[in-house]
Parts: sequence; structure tokens; C-alpha cells
Amino acid sequence: MTKKKSLLKEKTITMKELDSSFKFEVAKEPGGKNIKRCFSCGTCTVTCPVFSVNDKYNPRKIIRMILLGLREEVLKSDFIWLCSGCYSCYELCPRDVKITNLMIAVRNIAVREGNIPMPMKSIVDILQKFGRLLEVSEFENIVRLKKGIPELNPTIPEVKKVLKKTDIEKVIRNSDKDD
Amino acid sequence: MIKQKYALFLGCTVSVKGINYELSTRRVAEKLGLKFVDIPEFACCGFPLNSIHHNSALVMAARNLALAESNGLDIIVLCSACGGYLTEVQKLFADKKNKDEMKYINEKLKELGYNFNGGVKVKHFARVLYEDIGLDKLKKFIIKPLKGIKIAPHYGCHYIKPSKIFDGFDDPILPQSLDKLVELTGATSIQYKDKLQCCGGGILAVDEETSVKMTRQKLENIKEKNADAMTLICPFCSIMYDEFQSTIESTFESVYNIPILYYPQLLGLAMGLDPKKDLAVKQNQVKVKPLLEKIDKLYGVKEYVKTS
Repeated sequence: MTKKKSLLKEKTITMKELDSSFKFEVAKEPGGKNIKRCFSCGTCTVTCPVFSVNDKYNPRKIIRMILLGLREEVLKSDFIWLCSGCYSCYELCPRDVKITNLMIAVRNIAVREGNIPMPMKSIVDILQKFGRLLEVSEFENIVRLKKGIPELNPTIPEVKKVLKKTDIEKVIRNSDKDD
Repeated sequence: MIKQKYALFLGCTVSVKGINYELSTRRVAEKLGLKFVDIPEFACCGFPLNSIHHNSALVMAARNLALAESNGLDIIVLCSACGGYLTEVQKLFADKKNKDEMKYINEKLKELGYNFNGGVKVKHFARVLYEDIGLDKLKKFIIKPLKGIKIAPHYGCHYIKPSKIFDGFDDPILPQSLDKLVELTGATSIQYKDKLQCCGGGILAVDEETSVKMTRQKLENIKEKNADAMTLICPFCSIMYDEFQSTIESTFESVYNIPILYYPQLLGLAMGLDPKKDLAVKQNQVKVKPLLEKIDKLYGVKEYVKTS
């Protein structure tokens, strides 16, 4: 993914560039329902442990961008992938925007639009292969037997079926096309 | 109510990187009279897929839940992220609020030959210790109180949050369960700045620099309080604080040397279990030896030193 300068600092936004339907699109996505409740108090940002070390991730600003309709800027950004999923903002948001779930909703839309970071894409490949995010090798099972705990299946082939039936391949293929 | 038998859900990380967590949990559970059933078809919980394709994640989780349900068992998790996500999907069925999602999941499960009715409880092992077995009963198993040992508890995020899915068993802003579990071993649970800070593991794959900066903050805060060790209950938090500790030390030119123990390892020590054979302390990346030596001193013996 390309690195971009923070766009709000750099340029004037004109109404023409805005997609006013974006907030409705996000609201329809599972997890995005409460987006329009946000009144920009900033509780999310001040409580965010990611923001405290990297201000590229600013949940208050991201929500504002969605409400304004900066669709492409949000969906093509790196910053939507920086939420660590800690639920600090989720617990404290006075408007119950459920920001952790909201970020997941936005990411789902971004993936369908062909924007998926490489490490996320490899999650799918690895799960298809092993059924787990990490490979259980022969070595692990030798150690397990030595410690007297049950061996693990090195692969769980059914996961591939789950992914196929839920159309993840179509979603990922779409992102290949745009690479 | 205490159930005697649970399905043990390991998930991805514990299976490969957390043998010390798994072994100590199993040994502690044996002592307490809990029985674990291993279901070989259990796979990834689904959580890592949630950011990519919501529908795949839901069905992955529901399939695991259905496997437990068909065995008539509730689930014990060791990974807090697995616990959070499996609980979220279980609640979806229990609350019956989102009919569309339930319908979709059931359709897909049926095609795969499964059926899920929502009748499975998911609980973190630490929550079972705290809530079901209870502090009073646990205290009876403590034969080597860790008196004077200072432990920094790390709750992590998904163990207690989002709080609405965890039936209020602990407070998301001022949690106490892990502190109390630490105290029952005889150790002192120390308070430190930003105790609920996230480990940063959730973004390790996409932005390692930001991730380890988050990890470092807590190591700094704990060092300031001279903790003998940190205790935690999630394998991903352990990757950050234990596995990455030396990387952080060299990157930021600092020294921490803070042993990171899974809570069942800490409890196991106080229960008199063998550090090496039962608790696999050699698998911990930061050496646990200084802590074991300190415990040895309490009892005027040298048994831990020999084994570590």
C-alpha cells in the first residue's frame, strides 16, 4: 500500500469530491450501524493506545472522514488497518458508536474494493493450507508427546471448505485484480 | 456452577507458541479436578478473518461452537481473542437478535454437515478459576505461598472487553479478577501506570514499529515498580512481552529483564508443581530463574535453581 501524507492538512476539500452516501454504506455493513451517532467528542482518540504512539491512527478523524464522505481516502488508507482492536474506545464512547466494530466494517468494505494489506491476505492463504494461523509441524507434535499432551492435527482441511462456501476466494480474487 | 468436563479450545497461537501455557493449564486443572476433552477438529476461532470477510469469520466460529455442542460440552479458552470472538458469535445465537446473520450461518453450517443451537458457554480459563472454582476453593491448593513476590498483572483486552458480552463478571475499567488471582498465590499484585494498556499484538503484522512501541510503554511502567514478574493470560500478549522483550531492549537501548509468566504457571508454582516438568518454564523466553531463586530463598531450599 502506498504511503500518503495526511490529506486533511494538505488540501481543501470541495463538496464535489465527497460521496455523501458513504456513511449509509458503512452503516449497512455489520458493525457500522451506529456511525451516524458520533458527535466528535474525541473520547476515542484520547483513550486510544495506538494513537498514543502513532498519530496516523486517529479514530475521531477517521469517523469524521467517513461522515464527510471521503470514501476513497478512507478505503485506500493504511490507517484503517492500525486499530489494535483493544475496545478501549468501544467501552468509553458516550454515543455507543462501537468503534472497534466500525473499523472492522470499514476494513470489510475496503477488502471488497481491492484494498487489503499483504499480511492480511496471507492470513487467508495460511488458513486455507493449515486451518490455523501457524503451522503445527512434526516437531511440535514430538514435543507434545514428550510432555504427555495430545498430538494435534497438522492440518484441518475443513477450513478450506468453510472459506470456499463463504466466498472468501471471490473477495480476495477481486483484490488480486486491482493489484 | 462448576462443571467437571470442558472442551479445551487451544486456537492457533497456543497450539504452536504456548506449550508452557497449555501444559501448566492442564497440570493445574488436573489438580483441581477439571477434565479437558480435546476435539481434534477444532480450528482457528475465526477472529483473524473478521477484518477481511465477516461472513467467513462467523462460520468459522460457529463451526467450532457446533463441534463443542455436538459433544455436549462447554468451551474453555486460553487465548483471550479466541474467547472474545467465540463468545460474540455464541451470544448472537443466544440473543436471537440478528436473524439474518443467524440464518446465513445456519445455512452454511448445514451445507458443511453441522448444526448450532447456541447452547454452548465459552469461558476463559482465568474466569473459570475466578468465577466457577472460586478464590476460597483455590486457596486450599496453595502449599507454597509466594510471599513478598511482586507481580504485575496484565489483563489484556479481550478477556474483559467488550464488557457487554461477558455478563459483567469483571469491571472493564477497574478489573479485579486477575489481581485477586495473583493475591491468592500469596504474591503481591502491584499497581502500575496504564495497567489496562493493550499489548499492541493486534497490529504486529501490519505495523511492527507501532506495535512494539505500545508493548514497550508497559514494560517501562512495570520496570518502574520493580516487579519480579508480569503475569498474563493471552498467548498474543505473551508474544509481545516475552518473545519481543529482547528485541525491544535492543531497539530502544533499554534493559527490562522482566520474566513473563502465564497465570497458570504462577498458580502452579504456588501449588507446588514442578517448574520444569509441569509448568515448562524453560519455554519462557525471558529467564524465569531469578524469580525461582527468590521463591527458593523463601523456603530455604534450592530445588528451583536446579531445574531451571
